[in-house]
Amino acid sequence: MTTTTLAALVPLLPFLGAGAGLLLGRTAPGYARPLAVVPTLAATVCAVLVAARQGGGRPVDAATELTPTGSVPIDLALHLDGFAVLVAVLVGLVATCVQIYSTGYLRDDPRYPSYAALVSLFTSAMLLVVYSGDLMVLLVGWEVMGICSYFLVGHYWETPEARAASLKAFLVTKLGDVPFLIGLFALAADAGSFRITTVLGTAAGGGLGHPTLIALLLLAGVAGKSAQFPLHTWLPDAMAGPTPVSALIHAATMVAAGVYFVARLLPVFAASAAALVVLAVLAAVTMTGSALAALAQDDIKRVLAYSTVGQLGYMTGALAVGDRAAAVFHLLAHGAFKALLFLAAGVVIHAAGTNSLAAMARMRNLRERVPDAYWTMTVALLALAAIPPFSGFFSKEAVLGAAERAATGHPAPVPADGSGLPSDPGIAGVPTSAGWIVLIAGLLTALLTAAYATRLWLLAFRGRVGDAPDHDGQPVAMNAVLWVLAIPSLAFGLATGVLPDWLGGSGLTPVLTTSVLGTGVSLAGGLIAYGAWRHTTALAARVPLGAVAAERDADAGWVEAEAIAAHTPVYGGVAAADDPADPGRLLLGPLHRHAAVGFHLDALYAALFVAPVRAAARLVRFLDREVVETYVHGAGALPRLLGAAVRRAQTGNVQTYLSALLAGSAVLAIVVLVATAGA
Amino acid sequence: MSPAAQSHGFLSPSGAEVAFVLVGLVTFGAAIVTVTTRQIVHAALWLVVALGGIAVEYLLLTAEFIAWVQVLIYVGSVVVLLLFGLLLTKAPIGRSPDADSGNRWAALLVAAASAAVLVWVVVDAFRATWIDLDGPAAGSAAVTGASLFRHWVLPFEALSVLLLAALVGAIALSRRQPPAAAAGSRAPDAAQEGGR
Amino acid sequence: MHLVFPAVLSMLLFCAGVYGVLARRNAILVLMAVELMLNAVNLNLVAFDVWLRDRLHSGQALTLFTIAVAAAEIGIGLAIVLMVYRGRGTSDVDRLRDTAEPGPGDQDAADGPADAPGTPAHRTEAHRTEASA
Repeated sequence: MTTTTLAALVPLLPFLGAGAGLLLGRTAPGYARPLAVVPTLAATVCAVLVAARQGGGRPVDAATELTPTGSVPIDLALHLDGFAVLVAVLVGLVATCVQIYSTGYLRDDPRYPSYAALVSLFTSAMLLVVYSGDLMVLLVGWEVMGICSYFLVGHYWETPEARAASLKAFLVTKLGDVPFLIGLFALAADAGSFRITTVLGTAAGGGLGHPTLIALLLLAGVAGKSAQFPLHTWLPDAMAGPTPVSALIHAATMVAAGVYFVARLLPVFAASAAALVVLAVLAAVTMTGSALAALAQDDIKRVLAYSTVGQLGYMTGALAVGDRAAAVFHLLAHGAFKALLFLAAGVVIHAAGTNSLAAMARMRNLRERVPDAYWTMTVALLALAAIPPFSGFFSKEAVLGAAERAATGHPAPVPADGSGLPSDPGIAGVPTSAGWIVLIAGLLTALLTAAYATRLWLLAFRGRVGDAPDHDGQPVAMNAVLWVLAIPSLAFGLATGVLPDWLGGSGLTPVLTTSVLGTGVSLAGGLIAYGAWRHTTALAARVPLGAVAAERDADAGWVEAEAIAAHTPVYGGVAAADDPADPGRLLLGPLHRHAAVGFHLDALYAALFVAPVRAAARLVRFLDREVVETYVHGAGALPRLLGAAVRRAQTGNVQTYLSALLAGSAVLAIVVLVATAGA
Repeated sequence: MSPAAQSHGFLSPSGAEVAFVLVGLVTFGAAIVTVTTRQIVHAALWLVVALGGIAVEYLLLTAEFIAWVQVLIYVGSVVVLLLFGLLLTKAPIGRSPDADSGNRWAALLVAAASAAVLVWVVVDAFRATWIDLDGPAAGSAAVTGASLFRHWVLPFEALSVLLLAALVGAIALSRRQPPAAAAGSRAPDAAQEGGR
Repeated sequence: MHLVFPAVLSMLLFCAGVYGVLARRNAILVLMAVELMLNAVNLNLVAFDVWLRDRLHSGQALTLFTIAVAAAEIGIGLAIVLMVYRGRGTSDVDRLRDTAEPGPGDQDAADGPADAPGTPAHRTEAHRTEASA
């Protein structure tokens, strides 16, 4: 089998699995689990084979034109470079883990077949985005992911939180997708093709007419999909979906699509210094803001969601300084350990019967209950906090190093790759300001990240007061995948030596200055959080708090749905709990109140956009009901009157009908006679 | 135009014409009484007069076979059937004030209008047309029979099938319902009456 | 003979029949009026046949057929009237109004329920008639 065929199989297999799952889900539920796991696993194997064959060498390009589509042709094209094959392996690995995990997580869920099929469809769409060599085909996968995300976030549609969250996720990402689409058209119009290779060639040759405009339009879509600053608000709310969905979609893959897209088209963005500065500012705002917000969240999954937003900020920061190798490196490392964090959080939520950190802080023996989740989560949190030698350290280090090089004006030498890979032409043109912005924000965020990771770990596993509820243990499927994902979190850092082969950058190995600086602030953040926790934890015993969904036999999905539904009534809000024992409260001080609600961004949007739209809707409704309807009724009055008159004629009396008939014939005869006699 | 037109004037009627007009008046009067009388049985009897008058008109038009058929079938059987129908539907004997429906004035108007139109048209069209009744007999039994069985055999036989079908249909329609069907149709009635 | 005489008589008889069909309430009286109309047509056919001296005598043959068809018609018609009378206790044409449009504010709709109480009485009468027959 050629590499191209293998690569085509990669998105195709989960797609077929999704179709079969949707068709057979109702009639043959027994096949739902194999149909979910096997195609994804096979696709992962294929992706690994493709990656091994491609091996970071020349990009493999294959294209076939299905049908002529007017001025700008649309091809079914594959473009397999080092980025694509590696990201595909990550997507396949995480998707497989999530599918296996879901078989245990949604053990008793009657909607499991459709859920699994949607996850498969989502996987297929993401792989399509990754492998696609044509922007239109990429857009197809991009939008399919959006709709799958909508359905999966709304999986617990019985709860109002899930319904609102799914709508919000859909609308906000669509809001970004409209400019994105326009940007794609503008790009294709300038380049004369939707093919990525052609577009990159045009960009490298300086052939783009409006690089800043195009880059900003595309950035809107990227910000929507990757949850960057103005459009990130959907992601924390999307945690109302099942935990495996959060792991797959909202941590490892879909949100990474935006970053991946920018990485692919980096020369286009690099053609505009303004776009890079905007990207850097967005990344800086996103990462610091989200890290502050993460420190104040009470829902364990919302902490992780804000952390995802922040880590995505790192990736866009790396892109803003023109180092896509670092961005994709961080994407890969983050995908693995964030998926692990979410899946372990699912186990913890099941065992604790709650998603509230405040309630977990009052459970003494949670870590004995879930030893697998405890150890793997520790590993993943260390990776998240960028403590050496875990994977997060190396990838974050690569980002900080790139920012430092850009800030000091010593960009990494562009490798002379004769591989046909478009070299990174932008780096020479990266503004120093972008480098400084990303570097300072990155260091600040590293401090905060370590702090909230420590807080999460301490609150979840170092609780004091009571016992965790007595649940059944988690299925093996759930615990096993945690260890599978723990391996890359532990050891991915070793790949720094090999990765440049694939990614085409150099500079992934840690540099002394930023390593020391980054590790230092991380340790400092962790220690500060620990100190605060020591200070506050005694309060936990005094203030009893929390509600627990204790149901011995319920599967994890059910427990989670109940916990999500119970959070608002118990704690007064979906995000924060009024818990004096929370170290985050001490650390943030007066900022805590604002950070817990995401710095009132939702309220701002509600005032700026939602309220005017509702008012306009009311106006339209009034116009429709009162003004347009009046005309309609007026127009209907005369026919109604005539109808009533004709209706009265329908007496049912045959003689009346016959009289009318004969009278009519007589009248007609007279008319004809008069006419002929007169003529 | 008939060749007899020359020999007959409009103002010099022949005997046959006088007889035709007199019998016609009687027939028309009987028809009017038939459709206006309030005594229902009388209507049937006046119908006999009208149909008999038409039979006489047939004779005057030299269609003797049809005249006898008219007497046999209409006067002999149809009117008897109608009388039986009146008996079976328990029509009131004597004056019944509601023999006419509320539609009568509209009916009168329509009938008068169509009569005016038709008479006007017919008179206008055949003002100067005469029938020659002196030729060979056109309506004797022999002539009619020969024509019927020479040229009209197929419709004649088809008509016999039609009559058979009508016979069967009339029997099927007026037959008393079988017990099962009757019970089925009467049960709701009983329920209605019980509920009332 | 002047052709106008039979033709005019035929028209007058026909219109008398029309009046009867339109004005009479009893279904059997309506049937009688229909017979009058048919006879008017027959008279017309005979008169024109005699005037035209048709070689095939189509007018008279058709008259015979019409008489036969009319006989069949009267038989079927009476059977239907009888059946209606048995089922509904009346043979009044203007009370057989099942096809009427029941509308709000329609007086016929108000008539409908008013009719209903009378119906079973007629019906039992009909049953008694059958039993005695």
